[in-house]
Amino acid sequence: MGRFAVPLALFAAWWALTASGRVKSYQLASPYDVLREVLDLAQSGLLWRDLGASIERVALGFTIALAFALILGSLVGGSRAAERALDPTLQGIRAVPSLAWVPLILLWLGIGETAKITLVAIGAFFPIYVALVSGIRGVDRKLVEVGTIFGLSRAALIARVLVPATLPQLLVGARIGLTQAWLFLVAAELLAASSGLGFLLTDGQQTSRTDEIFVAILLFAICGKLSETLMRALEKRLVGWTDTVPA
Amino acid sequence: MTSARYTAGTENAARIRGLRKAYGAHLIFDGLDLDVARGERVAILGASGCGKSTLLRCVAGLETADEGTIATSGEIGLIFQEPRLFPWLDVARNVAFPARSGAERARVPNVLALVGLAHAATRLPKELSGGMAQRAALARALVRDPALLLLDEPFAALDALRRIELRTAVREILEFTRASAILVTHDVDDALALADRVIVLAGTPAEIGFSGLVGETASRAAILEALGVAELRPRLPARSSRHGASCTS
Repeated sequence: MGRFAVPLALFAAWWALTASGRVKSYQLASPYDVLREVLDLAQSGLLWRDLGASIERVALGFTIALAFALILGSLVGGSRAAERALDPTLQGIRAVPSLAWVPLILLWLGIGETAKITLVAIGAFFPIYVALVSGIRGVDRKLVEVGTIFGLSRAALIARVLVPATLPQLLVGARIGLTQAWLFLVAAELLAASSGLGFLLTDGQQTSRTDEIFVAILLFAICGKLSETLMRALEKRLVGWTDTVPA
Repeated sequence: MTSARYTAGTENAARIRGLRKAYGAHLIFDGLDLDVARGERVAILGASGCGKSTLLRCVAGLETADEGTIATSGEIGLIFQEPRLFPWLDVARNVAFPARSGAERARVPNVLALVGLAHAATRLPKELSGGMAQRAALARALVRDPALLLLDEPFAALDALRRIELRTAVREILEFTRASAILVTHDVDDALALADRVIVLAGTPAEIGFSGLVGETASRAAILEALGVAELRPRLPARSSRHGASCTS
């Protein structure tokens, strides 16, 4: 019960505030307005269009980020030469607040899908990359020795020792990367979009429809929570063997 | 001459000649000769840093000696101070890890029973006690039926009771499998309990190398004397049953 107390109290306060008429609906929509807006949007199909567009951008951007992070992270984690060649540059790029790339991306890629997906990918890339490199670096040398004693080939050593040993860190990085992907999606969709949850936000702002804004915020919360839950379930299933205090 | 590790058939389980190892200017040992007969259990005793673990790592192929030859016959198994199990594999899969053939994989239940872990086959390493984990490591080292088992301080991380239990188990297993063994330890009791022959290294390695082997000797008192340690405790009456104290040469 304790975990519902604060949300319920907040909800009651929201309800009371809007029902009393002291707050105008263009400042704060009532829970009823928000619910009606959800149903309206669902009925007209706009809800699914916007939700679908956002999920698609996150999925594509995240997948691209994951692919690049796997390639570059394995290179940098696995070879000192690659680390010397690539890591300083990547760390330099990482030091730039990622949203600072937005103007450049808009200039180069226009305001289409490519720009949005690229921005999402940039946001998701670094947490995964950093986690993978540190995961590879942190592999217990003693376990590698065991593989060596048993005469494992380099490929077998990678597949049977390094990959499983790195997986926990990689999955944590992927979970953070996915959260970042949603964050960057909002930025991308706020700038220029004609669909997506971020578009709902700007549309609501321009038409002074707080109910629409609330719907978008609620959907962001639900999507973020669902991705987080999904990633945690994946972690539990794949790396439940780790001997750590459950987060 | 650079080091050559070969496994051509030899009368002995291990035959080491003229082995030299140095880390930079720091000489660990030089001119080391050692033979381990088939079925023989040799303990190498010495203080920390005398190079006994390095010797074992050279025999296992984890380190390359600067000079000399190491000849071993057959498969080698190695157990470390810590179990080094793969945390993502259950006990049975850990034990099966080195298996290269169906026949070796089929041995897994047998070696698990041999080390007393048949009931724990599906447990993860994080669910094992220290003694059980070390038994699993022992089973993993045995799964290829090694002719020579290398034991690097295998009981050091265990409490006194587990230590005695496990070394008794190791002795019984070695007698059963007729494998040879080299045990590296700084514990006189471990050496006496397990070995047919005890080799003591004393002094600083740079001074003695391995050419300065103090002796191959028998009794606890003799070992301590060779180590240069005076036993300060008052003499206890001789213990009646100490297995494995039958040392030769």
